[in-house]
Amino acid sequence: MGKPSDLVQGTLDLLILKTLSMEARHGWAIAKRIQQMSGEVLQVQQGSLYPALHRLEQQGWIKAKWAESETGRQAKFYLLTAAGRKQLDSEATNWARLSGAINLVVQEL
Amino acid sequence: MRWLHKLFIQCQMLLRRGVAGKQLKDELQFHLDQQIAENLAAGMKPEEARRAALRGFGNPATLRDQARDTWSWQGLELLLSDLRFCIRTLVRTPGFSVLAILVMGLGIGANVALFTVVHSVLLKPLPFKDQGRLVRLYEADANGVYQDNVLAGGTFASWQAQAHSFEGMAIKKGIDYNLSGSAGQLPELAHAEQASWNFFPVLDVDAAVGRVFLPSDDRREANATVVLTWGLWKRRYGGDPGLIGKTILLDARPFTVIGVLPAWFNYPDPKVQLWTPIYHERSPEVMRLHVAHNLDAIARLKPGTTIDQATAELNTIQRQIRRQFPDGPVMDAANIRPILDGEVFRLKTGLYAMFAATGCLLLIACLNIANLLVARAATRRRETAVRTALGGSRARLIRGQVIESIVLSVAGAVIGLAFAETALLWLIHARQDIPRADSIHIDGTVVLFTIGVMFVCGLLAGLIPALSSNDKQILRILHESSRSYSGGRGGVRLRRVLLGLQVGLTVVLLTSAGLLLKTYTRLRAVDIGCATHDVLTMEINLPRGSYNSPAKIVVFYEQLADRVRRMPGVEAAAVATTLPGEGHLRDDVFTIREHPPLPKGQVIDATTVFVDPGYFNAMRIPLIQGRILQRDERLDRSGEAIVNQDFVRQFLKGESVLDKHIMPTMGGEVAGENTGVQIVGVVADTLEEVSASPRPTIYYPLYSGSERSGTLVVRTGQDPSSMALPVQQAIDGIDPQLAVANILTMDQILGQSTVSASFDATLLFAFAVISLVLAAVGLFGVLSYIVAQRTTEIGIRIALGAQRVQVMRLMLRDGLRPAISGLVLGLVASTGVAQLIQSMLYGTHALDPAVYSVVSATLLFTAILACAVPAWRASRLDPMTALRME
Repeated sequence: MGKPSDLVQGTLDLLILKTLSMEARHGWAIAKRIQQMSGEVLQVQQGSLYPALHRLEQQGWIKAKWAESETGRQAKFYLLTAAGRKQLDSEATNWARLSGAINLVVQEL
Repeated sequence: MRWLHKLFIQCQMLLRRGVAGKQLKDELQFHLDQQIAENLAAGMKPEEARRAALRGFGNPATLRDQARDTWSWQGLELLLSDLRFCIRTLVRTPGFSVLAILVMGLGIGANVALFTVVHSVLLKPLPFKDQGRLVRLYEADANGVYQDNVLAGGTFASWQAQAHSFEGMAIKKGIDYNLSGSAGQLPELAHAEQASWNFFPVLDVDAAVGRVFLPSDDRREANATVVLTWGLWKRRYGGDPGLIGKTILLDARPFTVIGVLPAWFNYPDPKVQLWTPIYHERSPEVMRLHVAHNLDAIARLKPGTTIDQATAELNTIQRQIRRQFPDGPVMDAANIRPILDGEVFRLKTGLYAMFAATGCLLLIACLNIANLLVARAATRRRETAVRTALGGSRARLIRGQVIESIVLSVAGAVIGLAFAETALLWLIHARQDIPRADSIHIDGTVVLFTIGVMFVCGLLAGLIPALSSNDKQILRILHESSRSYSGGRGGVRLRRVLLGLQVGLTVVLLTSAGLLLKTYTRLRAVDIGCATHDVLTMEINLPRGSYNSPAKIVVFYEQLADRVRRMPGVEAAAVATTLPGEGHLRDDVFTIREHPPLPKGQVIDATTVFVDPGYFNAMRIPLIQGRILQRDERLDRSGEAIVNQDFVRQFLKGESVLDKHIMPTMGGEVAGENTGVQIVGVVADTLEEVSASPRPTIYYPLYSGSERSGTLVVRTGQDPSSMALPVQQAIDGIDPQLAVANILTMDQILGQSTVSASFDATLLFAFAVISLVLAAVGLFGVLSYIVAQRTTEIGIRIALGAQRVQVMRLMLRDGLRPAISGLVLGLVASTGVAQLIQSMLYGTHALDPAVYSVVSATLLFTAILACAVPAWRASRLDPMTALRME
């Protein structure tokens, strides 16, 4: 079970942005999606998720709107802004570079 | 663009915090509900599903706080909540809050008022372009005794011709003109300046209307011209532009108005009404003299030239002049001051001393408030400990305390500003001798200063108690509070140190005030050597145009004295050029005919006064020897003079006096200058200034007819000011064109010469009394606190048989210890401070034992009084009640 602190620093932002790149989701759905996509390895705790969401919103990378959820309740949906999409691109590139580099080092051993 | 968007989001956040907070709650609740739903779907029972979800979710309040932390303005929100909390606390203890705010307000107010004066008078530049290069020039002597002597015309001419350090050099001299009325206006005595033509170009000032002087106006043979100040032009001529080119009468002589100065121009002071060209007004012979020192010189340094370089150059020139004129009062060096310094250097010590005193007062106020806050912190120790135990960070707790003291100091600053405004009005009224008083007002710099002082005070008063509380003690405090043992030693020790400092500062203020008060009483007790009660004086200036011969002048003076003398209520009347206590206005060089010539380069001089025959009687100056001047010794028969005792002491010691002849060098003002003026009498000494010793003085007959300005003195049998109007009417009866000025009683003249001393002493005394009261309050507070803390202990002592007197002595000793250490500290510091204000003292030694003992006694007495009540209360404790308090 991956705790949030196990996530490489700053990757949570990347994961959230990535999850939102296809469609708008609410917090619960984001957490579920990350868990599901990572093959149940990454489990995002609420204690990290919501502060991260609010931080990203303050940065202007995502924005929120209230809409009806699948169960018919009002929920807060987050969607990517143009700035957020640019941020996602740059963070994804960065990640690819970083993980590639780490892989090189690790596989050498 | 992005930052704009961010700013938008942030502003939205600021305005919609309430909504956002609710939405956050909904959002988290939704998450929780989803988890419960999932758990239910996984087959859990409802209650179990809920508990599992909550367990996974963690503390919702913490989660909410964590999310909120990412919002903008979170810091501000915390600050606001701290602020709300602190204001609530302060409102709950109104007594403490009002006292603290008043104390702070007084301290800040006094400081702001004095800062305003120092800033406006001593520091604010004069309104001239490139002020840094403007300087005032003085003659000086190489020994450094006289540093600020005004210039002689000849000296100025030499400097102007030979010095290369300056772009320009100009002179001026103050004078009064009789400005005649036209079209029904009253004549008035106009305070004016005579200046060289380049005076305005050197200052880089041009006329607002018309023009300033040209070189061609500034010659003896030019037409008479005058430049008006904006104030006079508006007031007397209604701002009429048609006045340029017209003629006005000054001293009954026609002058053409050529220009009006700009409204902002008020150099050297706002009393100046008009300007005339000096080389037109004064004879070329006078302007060539090296011995007649009467001109104020200003100059503009060349760019890049320093004052030191320029002084060195002038020194060389002046040494040369001295070699050329080894006789007579010719100086041998020069001194240069920045122009602003030249105007205000005489005030500096006094103002800075007062400013330092207000600084002490403020420091005392801060210490007092810190002291009160330490006491409050002590009573809130449990609250603090509980907050710390629950996870309140130390920074947050300290911030809370600092915010509290800053709130106090902000409120204090608001009251202080209002107080300063009032204080300044009073100060400007009380100190009319301060130059540039018109520029004293609260401006942006002063407000900035206030804000700065406010924060420093807030931090100082808040940090001392805040830092004294220690995290490590929490457990002990929580333990302690279950048993009221005499705790809080740390707090008490800190308060003692604060009190000691406060008492020390108070002692410094008290001794300084004491020294200045003694100076003042010494000054007031000085016997000036003549009648001072019931004497009315007024200045008369005879216009040169209508009083153009000595005979006319003498007839006027004689008529005046006779008429006034005959008026009912008048006991005696006379005219003189200078009165005792008016200051040193004129001296001349002379020799004594019967004495061998003086060694080369040495001169003797004496104060010159012209008096009429009735003067010594009117002023009750006793005749020691010989006789007074006779009425018929006038005009060319006026070859006799009277000297004072100091003259005899200095120049004729052990010789017969009445057969000696004085050979004055005054340019033909008295008859017998070439043959000698015989001394016919000796009168008692009078003082030129209250704080000065007598100077050798020669009284020449006023009826020689050379003096157009004189002061009428009238000794009355009743209130002298009631005689002012009848006397003015009498003058009007002789010459309706004549204006009189400065109608003052002799007491007022003497009061003026001690105004600065009285002001400094009064103000400092007030500060000292305030700080004494504050120190007493502090002592009282600390001892009351100690008694309250030690109630149980005292109860036990009494129960075990301690005498009430012993308890009282114990408590008194506890309270007096900081007072005594403060006293010792203060006395040591005072001896240092007293050296600094040495120049403000008169007839009082800096280490005057009487002052120091009175201060020590006062302080001890006050301290005992302040400690007696709590100590007495401790000794009255009922042991049963005390012990039952457990």
